[in-house]
Amino acid sequence: MSETLTIKRELEIPKPRGLSSSARDKLIHAFFFLNGMLSVIALIGIFGLLVYTAVPAFQEINLWRFLTGAEWNPTSYYEAQYGIVPMLVSTMMVTFGALLIAIPLGIGTAAYLSDVAGPRTREIIKPVIEILAGIPSVVVGFLGIVLVGPLIAKLFGTSNGLNAINGSILLGVMALPTIISISEDALNSVPKTYDQASLALGATRWQTVIRVKIPAAMSGIIAACMLGMGRAIGETMTVLMATGCAPAMPEGFLESVRTLTSSIAIELGEVAYNTTHYYALFALGLVLFVITFLINLTSDIVLHRYEKVNR
Amino acid sequence: MSEIFTNSIEKKNKIAPPKISADSFPAGEEKVMTAEDRHSEARIKGEIKIMVENFNFYYGNHQALKSINMEVITNSVVGIIGPSGCGKSTFLRCFNRMNDTINGTRYEGTIEIDRKNIFDKDLDVVDLRRNVGMVFQKSNPFPKSIFDNVAYGMKINGIKDKSKIEQTVERSLRHAALWEEVKDRLNKSAFALSGGQQQRLCIARALAVEPQVLLLDEPASALDPIATAKIEELIHELKKDYTIIIVTHNMQQAARVSDYTAFFMLGELYEYDLTTKIFTNPTRKTTEDYVTGRFG
Ligand SMILES: Nc1ncnc2c1ncn2[C@@H]1O[C@H](COP(=O)(O)OP(=O)(O)O)[C@@H](O)[C@H]1O
Ligand SMILES: [Mg+2]
Repeated sequence: MSETLTIKRELEIPKPRGLSSSARDKLIHAFFFLNGMLSVIALIGIFGLLVYTAVPAFQEINLWRFLTGAEWNPTSYYEAQYGIVPMLVSTMMVTFGALLIAIPLGIGTAAYLSDVAGPRTREIIKPVIEILAGIPSVVVGFLGIVLVGPLIAKLFGTSNGLNAINGSILLGVMALPTIISISEDALNSVPKTYDQASLALGATRWQTVIRVKIPAAMSGIIAACMLGMGRAIGETMTVLMATGCAPAMPEGFLESVRTLTSSIAIELGEVAYNTTHYYALFALGLVLFVITFLINLTSDIVLHRYEKVNR
Repeated sequence: MSEIFTNSIEKKNKIAPPKISADSFPAGEEKVMTAEDRHSEARIKGEIKIMVENFNFYYGNHQALKSINMEVITNSVVGIIGPSGCGKSTFLRCFNRMNDTINGTRYEGTIEIDRKNIFDKDLDVVDLRRNVGMVFQKSNPFPKSIFDNVAYGMKINGIKDKSKIEQTVERSLRHAALWEEVKDRLNKSAFALSGGQQQRLCIARALAVEPQVLLLDEPASALDPIATAKIEELIHELKKDYTIIIVTHNMQQAARVSDYTAFFMLGELYEYDLTTKIFTNPTRKTTEDYVTGRFG
């Protein structure tokens, strides 16, 4: 029955010139395989290019001083300084500040959406979060300058509000959608029988989500936070606009900071081609690449273990 | 009152030696006490734990329970039987209002526990659920340690006293006949236990909040015969202190563990009587057909 049907269908379809159906199958297979490989190739390509362009920098710069130097001043009159520590510290400050804001808020929102909010509230909040994820970073940075900055200046009595806190707040907001949606997925994948058991023991919905569901979904939530962190570390335009970008070693959250990403963005436009400075900026990119890669790898491993446990 | 009847069942099943208490009636009188008599007696003594009146329940437009009237005597075991889909679980979930968690459900009529309507606006559903414990068909321990599973109910109630928690955990596990098997590994994951042990752990978890009513929804349907026997033995023990409503698919089980049996058909309480009566001499033909296995 079904055999005759497929035969008929094959008769109806005009055969492409000279290709047997098995050859066509192979071709289609190859096409999709290539598509899959493309991202792998792109990744390896980017990494290779970064390494290739970064390595010449270390003909003049000592790798150890590059990694541990406390001053970044490639255009100095005396001796150019290529220490990335201020930028690493800046990046970490802004990122951890962002996570400090985004993780509690994100998990709280996810818990609210998955377990407490009614279906109608959820239908309003979820699209809003999606829109938040879609706001261009330059717009967020703009809000940092005209809104968050003045607010911080007023609150802390500083001359301007372009500092680490500003960047943290903005990046926190930008990392929220990632953290919320992945945490919510993790919470929703916790078996309903746990909720039932908890509610039947007289727990409220909040107690249930905090004491049973979040612990049960912990690895998924950790992965969500790692991805949010990756997003925060890699963000450029927003921090460039909102953090003041002083290259000196930051001394506190109210100081202007300059992250790895904003350094590259600021200096790459002005640097002379094929100079040590030029190569050093690619070395910065390589450092950034390695950091985000490690974060993604860790979150992947955590997620994987989580899936295994849940099966 | 119910104790006499209890003993008669126990004798019949050789589960526990009969023990005659001081206010027992002479053996001869045992047989003539009808469910009617027992209920009037209990009413006079104020020993009616649960009263269901003209109760209807709906999932959206689908009426799952139809004008149910029923009384449950304090510290008795009521078995609920009936073909699948007849509303047994739905009925059970009414007593602790777990149906509230399902969207689009509604009810009419009243259910009183200790003379208080559980649907009353002033009633805190959290209090109700502490008073009315539930054990589910499929054992559902939390992904926590054995100890933390049992301690959970106390912790959410804000009990912080460590020694009190430890005592209650031990007592509940003993009560659920699990203590001896787990006392050396209280900090191990609950998932390391066998199916039957997990179900007894769920019972212990329910007991730890010290409810007065215990709802069991086919608690042994996923267990092997030995584990099932243990659960049934446990129910016999528990009814000294708790009023128990147990849904079961297994006719022998209903006959073994319950004092009263409620037979449901298509959302109606078709017949409700002493278990011996239902299984030996039911009033209605359909009940007889069901308990003798002519349909199911
Ligand atoms: N969550 C639900 N939503 C809608 N209908 C339901 C739901 N749960 C049960 N029902 C319906 O209510 C009736 C009784 O179900 P249930 O109480 O589970 O029966 P039983 O436990 O006796 O097998 C069935 O017709 C079933 O389809
Ligand atoms: Mg059922």
